[in-house]
Amino acid sequence: MVTLPQRAEREKTNPVQTVLIFLGRLLLAFAIPVIAFLILYQGFLFLREGDAPRWVITAVAIIWGVGGIAVLYFIFNWLVEQLPLQWRVRLQPFVFVGPAMAILAWYLALPAVRTFWISLFGRSGPPSVELSLLFTSPQEYFAILSAQFVGLRNYVAVFTDRLMREAFRNNILFWILIATPLTVVTGLLIAVLADRSGFERTAKSIIFMPMAISFVGAGVIWNFVYEVKPVNVEQIGLLNAIVVALGGQPQAWPALTSISPWNNLFLVVIVVWLQAGYAMVLFSAAIKGIPEELLEAARVDGANEIQIFFRIMIPYIMGTIITVTTTLVIFTLKIFDVVWVMTGGQFGTEVIATQFYRQSFVARNAGYGSAIAIVLLIAVIPVMIYNLRQFRRQEAF
Amino acid sequence: MNARTKKTLSKFLVNGTLAILVILWLIPTFGVFVSSFRDRFDIQTTGWWKVFPHKEYVVTRTIDPREAGLDPDQPMTIEGITATFEEMRQGITAPDGTRLIWIGNKRIGRIEVQEYTWVLKTNLTLDNYEQVLLGKSFEYKRPDGTVEIIPGDNFSGALFNSLAVTIPSTVIPILIAAFAAYGFAWIDFPGRRLMFIIVVALLVVPLQVALVPILRDYAKIQLNGTFLAIWLAHTGFGLPLAIYLLFNYISSLPREILESAFIDGASHFTVFLRLILPLSVPALASFAIFQFLWVWNDYLVALIFMGGNPDFQVVTMRLANMVGDRGQDWHLLTAGAFVSMMLPLVVFFSLQRYFVRGLMAGSVKG
Repeated sequence: MVTLPQRAEREKTNPVQTVLIFLGRLLLAFAIPVIAFLILYQGFLFLREGDAPRWVITAVAIIWGVGGIAVLYFIFNWLVEQLPLQWRVRLQPFVFVGPAMAILAWYLALPAVRTFWISLFGRSGPPSVELSLLFTSPQEYFAILSAQFVGLRNYVAVFTDRLMREAFRNNILFWILIATPLTVVTGLLIAVLADRSGFERTAKSIIFMPMAISFVGAGVIWNFVYEVKPVNVEQIGLLNAIVVALGGQPQAWPALTSISPWNNLFLVVIVVWLQAGYAMVLFSAAIKGIPEELLEAARVDGANEIQIFFRIMIPYIMGTIITVTTTLVIFTLKIFDVVWVMTGGQFGTEVIATQFYRQSFVARNAGYGSAIAIVLLIAVIPVMIYNLRQFRRQEAF
Repeated sequence: MNARTKKTLSKFLVNGTLAILVILWLIPTFGVFVSSFRDRFDIQTTGWWKVFPHKEYVVTRTIDPREAGLDPDQPMTIEGITATFEEMRQGITAPDGTRLIWIGNKRIGRIEVQEYTWVLKTNLTLDNYEQVLLGKSFEYKRPDGTVEIIPGDNFSGALFNSLAVTIPSTVIPILIAAFAAYGFAWIDFPGRRLMFIIVVALLVVPLQVALVPILRDYAKIQLNGTFLAIWLAHTGFGLPLAIYLLFNYISSLPREILESAFIDGASHFTVFLRLILPLSVPALASFAIFQFLWVWNDYLVALIFMGGNPDFQVVTMRLANMVGDRGQDWHLLTAGAFVSMMLPLVVFFSLQRYFVRGLMAGSVKG
């Protein structure tokens, strides 16, 4: 850490001051988001009443939302700068980081805990009960809570339910064990080929392009590829046209339960198509980072291209391979849109995230849905720990 | 094989394989793109690849069997070919390459004389886009003469909603994250390390974990189905990556610049506004593209926080609904898909460099 003029001293403060500092910091952290929220909210109520054209309302809302937040930062900073130096040093950092931390707390950190809490209860989650009852009549409070409390029963259901087992199978077998390596290998292959080809830029742009397409858009594109028409009519879907031209029967491929569970592969193809570009870009940069002398030396020693690829390139870019694989594993663990648009999770293609959506928002089974979400969270914890370790190794702090 | 031919061969193999892969990657999108300009009836009955020159049977003239005095119940002789009705129906190829085929039933059918020749079906139109964007209803004549009215679909409203959702959902997190990143990078304060560790930990938290509690909060303050609800949600979910990316960049700026500014008596706020923000434009752009594409293409968050309000549907929801309700109206689906892709593709291709930089800087996101 650099020494800056306003660097905070590890000062000794009396308890009263400590409390005051703490309160001041808390106030600052929450004041901007809360005030911003209230102003925006009032603005929205006001705009809703108005009968201006929609684009005017939206334009005003955008300026209001973005500008309002900027102005609030400005005002709070100004207020803090009016304080004596000592207090300024204590409080100013929280003008900067406080709002971000407060929003993170509301939108990610606390929800994780709350979702876990909900997952311990039945369909409608924990019953609404005034917290004050805990102090006036604890017995009653706990009686109300325990009426809906189911403990870990939702988790038992998550791991025994037929559809959930299908979802786990698909997520692990098809999405993590097949889709991820396939994407990595395709990305690597394209990166290596592009590196030696005469049209690297064009090729990379085209392979990368699906990254800009939404999963819903990709769903439409691939539904069209898989489109099926009756046997005696001309096929308009590319895949079935090829199949018929080769003498086969047209099929609704992703919905083909007779080859279940392998019909999942038709969804895997879509994700490989979407994500190979991401893998390619990272690998391509890593390959370009391999020192030319290293490759030359190997060639001089008589290594052929395949040996160079496996003995030099792969070990050299191992770090990137791990990063890409981890990112893809996290991505495929939460895969939702593609499956939802293509099959809706029918025909044996259910995944964890579609089950989560169905249970939480269609079947309105909050407890069970939350348990699924927590299982997802637990599944990414190893990656979280890995990230934190990597972070600790950096010298940034 | 000498070294030179070997080299040429390997070059050919590399370029060839890559070319095949590139074409494979392009074909699905290209098919939809071409189809979006084709007439509704053409899309339904012929493959999109038929717009390219290809060989097929084309009718050159028709023969009325009754006028020609043919009796379908017996073998018929026409144009020098003798065949039964069943054979006629299958189609018979004459030695000169023309084909005779009986269309229809025995009593009121006709015989077509067809030639196998090159054709080009470039019957392209902008009608599909007109229907999808302006919601116009279109009348179609079926081959049998009846008229069919196909309602259009109002995508322009959805496009507009997507813009209204995406712009603030991109700008607000950048603003908040830039302040935080500066605070973490250049101001020392107690709890700084712990707070940043929390940010790093939250990078991979699946947003599914947050949906139910936030939906409940929103229900309590009646925020569901408003733009504000979805702006804040995207801000919350995008913040960890934004802070992480911007921190990495801002903390690597040379400290001499900042120190000289502080010696001149500048405050943190001025330094942030006048020095750091302008210097961080590349990092801000990286994240902006990232978040823009993410929000524009998002389906789940929009579905949950905007799902109850049909007026505020974004393009992904509109398109997904269309897949569900009118999965066979390919003329609308293909045009709609392209409308939804246009803006992200433009952003993507014009700012690809920044996007790639963002990808490399923070590849693990939740």
